[in-house]
Amino acid sequence: MAAKVRIPTPLRKLTNNEELVEVNAGTVGAAIAELQSRYPGIQERLLDDTGAVRRFVNVYVNEEDIRFLENQQTPIKDGDEVSIIPAIAGG
Amino acid sequence: MKALKCRECGRAYPLAATHVCEFDFGPLEVVYDYDRIKQSLNHSDIHSRPQTMWRYRELLPVAGDPTVGFEVGFTPLIKADHLAQQLGVRELWVKNDAVNYPTLSFKDRVVSVALSRARELGFNTVACASTGNLANSVAANAAAAGLKAYVFIPADLEQGKVVNSLVYGAEVIGIKGHYDEVNRLCAEIAGKYGWAFVNVNMRPYYAEGSKSLGFEIIEQLGWRVPQHTVVPMASGSLLTKIQKSYQEFVKLGLAAESRYHIHGAQATGCAPISTAQKAGLDFFKPVKPNTIAKSLAIGTPADGFYALRVMRETGGSAEDVSDDEVRDGIRLLAECEGIFAETAGGVTVGVAKKLIASGKIPANDSVVLCITGNGLKTLDAVVGHVGRTRDIKPSLREFESLLDAETRSTAQA
Repeated sequence: MAAKVRIPTPLRKLTNNEELVEVNAGTVGAAIAELQSRYPGIQERLLDDTGAVRRFVNVYVNEEDIRFLENQQTPIKDGDEVSIIPAIAGG
Repeated sequence: MKALKCRECGRAYPLAATHVCEFDFGPLEVVYDYDRIKQSLNHSDIHSRPQTMWRYRELLPVAGDPTVGFEVGFTPLIKADHLAQQLGVRELWVKNDAVNYPTLSFKDRVVSVALSRARELGFNTVACASTGNLANSVAANAAAAGLKAYVFIPADLEQGKVVNSLVYGAEVIGIKGHYDEVNRLCAEIAGKYGWAFVNVNMRPYYAEGSKSLGFEIIEQLGWRVPQHTVVPMASGSLLTKIQKSYQEFVKLGLAAESRYHIHGAQATGCAPISTAQKAGLDFFKPVKPNTIAKSLAIGTPADGFYALRVMRETGGSAEDVSDDEVRDGIRLLAECEGIFAETAGGVTVGVAKKLIASGKIPANDSVVLCITGNGLKTLDAVVGHVGRTRDIKPSLREFESLLDAETRSTAQA
C-alpha cells in the first residue's frame, strides 16, 4: 500500500528536496510518524507539543481538509494524495 | 524595514519573497525601526505629502520609492448622519473604499505594496488567489506596471468581477471549487513557479498595505482613534491590520492613546470566525462557504486566530448576517448615504445594525464602518431585490396616470 505525501517548499530542506514522498501508513497520523522516522525533525514542524496539527498547517487528503474528515485518524489508502499546506491570506 | 519575523516563534528571516516560518509554519511579518521612524514622521510631514496611501510610506514595506499604484488610497471618510439615525447611534462614519483607485476596492492598497515590493525583488510575473477584488486589482495594477499577471479565482464568481479581471489582459484561471480550494492549489503553484504570488510568498508585504486604511481613518478624524470600528472578515487579515495601524500611530505619537473596540463582520453562510468569537473560543472550525457575500467566502481563514485575539484584546465583538440582511444592508447604505457597496459592505452594515441594537456598540459612542468594495461589481446579488422600473410610452398622459395610480395606492395604504 502506498499513498503519496506532497511536501511543501518550507519542509523540503528536510526531505532532500523531495517533493512527493511515498508512505505505507494507513492514517494521516501514521503517515506523519513514518515521515518522522525517515526525515527526523519533520514531525515537530507539523505537530505542536500536544501532538495536534499546528495552527497554521493545513492537511488535505485528496483535496479535502482533514478537519472535515477524521483529523489525524483519517484513513489513507493506495493512490491517495496527502498535501501539507501552510495557511494563506485572503483575497 | 529591518527584517521579517515569525509571529509565532519570533525567528528572524531576510526581507525576501517568503511567507511562512520554516519551523512552525507561522506567518512572517515585517519588522520596522520605530525609533527611527518616530524621528522622521510627524503630522506636518504627512500633511505636506500628496493625498494617497503613500503619505505614510515609512510604515509601508518597500525599500525605495513605490513604483506601482502612486494614486491609491485616501478615500473619503463620510459622516453618515442619516444612517446613524436609522441604526440608532450618535456618531457614524463610513470609510468609503468602494471608490478606491483604480479598481474600486481596498485591495488596491495591498496590491500597490505587493507589486512595488515584487519589482524591488526582481519579479516580472505576479499572481494571486482571489475571491474577485484582489484579482481585479492585481490585473489592473500589473497592466499599468508592465508586469505579467496570472489570477486564480473560483469559477462561479460574479460576472462583474470576472470581466473586471479579463479586461486588463491578465491570464484568468477559473477553478472549479470554492476559494479555499483555489488557495490550496495556489500554494502548490507558488511552490513550483518562481512568481510573486501577492497573497502567498509576498504576503508579509501585501498584508501591510491594509494598514493605510486605518492610518487614513485616524488622520481624517483629526488624528483620533475611533471608539468602534466595524470591519468585514474573510481571512481576518484586514481586521488585524486595522489594529496594527492604530497601535503604530499611538506608538509614534501621531494619535492620542484611547480605548477602542474592533468588531468583525461575517456572513452567516461563511462565519467561522464570528461563530468562534460568539462561543468564546480562541480557535475556529473551518466551514464550507454558502453565501452571496462571495468576497468574504473563505472557510479556512488564515488570520482567523489573530482576528479572534484582536477582538478579545480590544473588547470587540463579532456578528454575522443572513443573505437577506446583506441585501438590506446594501440598500440601507445606498438609500441613506448614496453609497453603493458590494455584498461585503452589506455584511458590515447589517452587522453594525445588530451590534448597535444589542448594545455591544453603545448608542452614545462613535463608530466607523469599513466599506471595502463597490456594488457595481456584485450586481448579481441584488438584481430583483431593489425594486423595478415602471416602463411607459413617451406620453405625458401615461406618466400622469402612473402618478395618479401610485398616489391613490399610497393614500389607500
